[in-house]
Amino acid sequence: MLATSRAFEANARAGLANDNLQRALALMRTGFPQRRRLAVERLPEFEVLREIAKSIKDHTLEHLDFYLELFEENVLASGGQVHWARSPDEACAAVLAICRSVDARIVTKGKSMIAEEVGLNERLEKNGITTVETDLGEYIIQLRHEPPSHLIAPAIHLMKEQVAETFRAEHLALDPERSLAEARQLCDEARAVLRPRFLAADVGITGANFLVASTGSSIIVTNEGNGDLTQTLPRVHIVMTSLEKLVPTLEDATTLLRLLARSATGQEFSSYTTVSTGPRRPGDLDGPEQYHVVLLDNGRSALLGGEFQDMLRCIRCSACMNHCPVYAAVGGHAYGWVYSGPMGAVLTPSLIGVAEAGHLPNASTFCGQCESVCPVKIPLPKMMRHWREREFAEKLNPPVYRAGLSLWAWVAKRPALYHALVELASRALGWLGRGRGRFRTLPLANGWTAVRDLPAPEGRSFHSLWAERRNGGTVK
Amino acid sequence: MSEAREQILAGIRRSLKRGRLDAARETELRDRVAAHRRNLVPARAAALDDPGRVDLFVEMAEGVQATVARVNSPAAVPEAVARYLAAENLPADLVLAPDLSLDDILWDARPLLRTRRGRAEAGDTVSLTRCFVAIAETGTLMLISGAETPTTLNFLPDTHIVLVYADQVVATYEDGWDRLRTDGGMPRAINFITGPSRTGDIEQRIELGAHGPRRLHIILVDDRQKATDGESK
Repeated sequence: MLATSRAFEANARAGLANDNLQRALALMRTGFPQRRRLAVERLPEFEVLREIAKSIKDHTLEHLDFYLELFEENVLASGGQVHWARSPDEACAAVLAICRSVDARIVTKGKSMIAEEVGLNERLEKNGITTVETDLGEYIIQLRHEPPSHLIAPAIHLMKEQVAETFRAEHLALDPERSLAEARQLCDEARAVLRPRFLAADVGITGANFLVASTGSSIIVTNEGNGDLTQTLPRVHIVMTSLEKLVPTLEDATTLLRLLARSATGQEFSSYTTVSTGPRRPGDLDGPEQYHVVLLDNGRSALLGGEFQDMLRCIRCSACMNHCPVYAAVGGHAYGWVYSGPMGAVLTPSLIGVAEAGHLPNASTFCGQCESVCPVKIPLPKMMRHWREREFAEKLNPPVYRAGLSLWAWVAKRPALYHALVELASRALGWLGRGRGRFRTLPLANGWTAVRDLPAPEGRSFHSLWAERRNGGTVK
Repeated sequence: MSEAREQILAGIRRSLKRGRLDAARETELRDRVAAHRRNLVPARAAALDDPGRVDLFVEMAEGVQATVARVNSPAAVPEAVARYLAAENLPADLVLAPDLSLDDILWDARPLLRTRRGRAEAGDTVSLTRCFVAIAETGTLMLISGAETPTTLNFLPDTHIVLVYADQVVATYEDGWDRLRTDGGMPRAINFITGPSRTGDIEQRIELGAHGPRRLHIILVDDRQKATDGESK
């Protein structure tokens, strides 16, 4: 997928001015966080489980080569195949080769962020294969030619009127006078339109929430049941996934599953959790005849052993974005690529480079909410700081910004000068603002004063007041 | 593609600043995997006795919009099915799993109930299956695929009826894994089903029946031996 992360500032401005998006985000701000909180309160062991989940993922990453080989061994033993892909291009080529080998015309797809990451739909369509997204949210945005704006609710940026408009424009065989006022009617229409596609598909492609090394299984977690229809009905099932989805055992997967739905939607467990191991067995009346796993690296192996290894623990639950004030203000499309919110701000520069995505780790208030709700305790704010440092070290920021930072650093490293300047500035600003108590505008600080007032300082710096107090003086 | 495989594995080892693990460490890890060690299991269900576990299963399943009818014997099942279909205004046409254990149920006791055995096809409206075990912790049904238990029955029809015997209710998912290992190993598909299909993709409003069944009805048989029929309280 083509990235527009460079244009984050313009994207964010467009998001803030988009009324429908703002209404949709308002629904999200009250929905997900509250439901998660209630689910966590119902499970007293939640905090301990987070710690265990973190250690399971850390253990797996430390021995990733071993567990990948064990996974492959068990996939082969159950009659499936594994296709290793270094790059998006290799992943797409592997899927295309499988589709061609069975003369596939129609491919149904369950939700897969890896498929988004490698741009699979475009590649298949270019080769004459019709791809049909079956997750309701993914289906809606496929019709609208938009990328997903959220990990688990890809159409969260839309209001139901917009969905109705899209369905009217696309489902031309249906009665134009039909009512599409309610979400219920929209769901029913999508169900009716997609059912024949499920039945007609030659290949079904799903993602994987987890891969289990000890059994060679892939696990998907859904609420709609679309993933199951996608992988059960066609002759071929392809799992699009990446290296870090691996866990050693079913028991380990279970611990992560206990955290996933609660962190994501606040459910105790999603409606459908499906463990798939190989193709149809002798005597089976249904299920795919072929089972393929396409295993994508795309820069992940290079993150091991470094300051971004912790990011590979991510289980894509979306809790970080659901609790992020920046995401909640600008929406997922502003981030300009597949992954958004705090996890996107860390992962996107890792996968497409900090030169393209340097804005993302800067778009943070460092409130720390993301880390505090992360089920596998990824230190997201710390890693955003790493990216900021790297961006500066690689000289990627604009010259004025760099000059400002350098000047600030030069002053900050000289405490006497720093204190003198701060004291001077607070006295001057305190005197200038003594009437109104705040500034409407201020030279060089338009970025701040354009949207809010700057309170006038009291006239003294904290440091000087503190020094005075410690010396026995009184503080007014 | 094997070139990609070797490069990826080599890249991982380079990043982790080591070579391939030595044989002793690999054996250790294989032993760890083979031990099927449980991590922390929540006390919610694990601490309950048999009746408490069944009650928790019912409570959790109803909490996710499954419906539950409790009957006291297998003989009461056809009546319970017919009554449910009538109450929901559904046709009395059932596709049953070709599961031999369903033969114990005297379907002919309700002659108006038309049954077919097999996998689900487009157009089937109601399916009836058993489950492998039922998990009290979250009101979850664990179903496995096999010659007698086709997966399509769990997803294609609008209404899925599942027969659960009270002695099949276990506390946790881990109990399900243990049972699976003593019962012949990993099937092609394991379906954990917790309530009917749903979506929140439009304005985060939960709507049931996105793509899978709109209704999930559980008939819980308290005593699989009991010969008398009738619905228990």
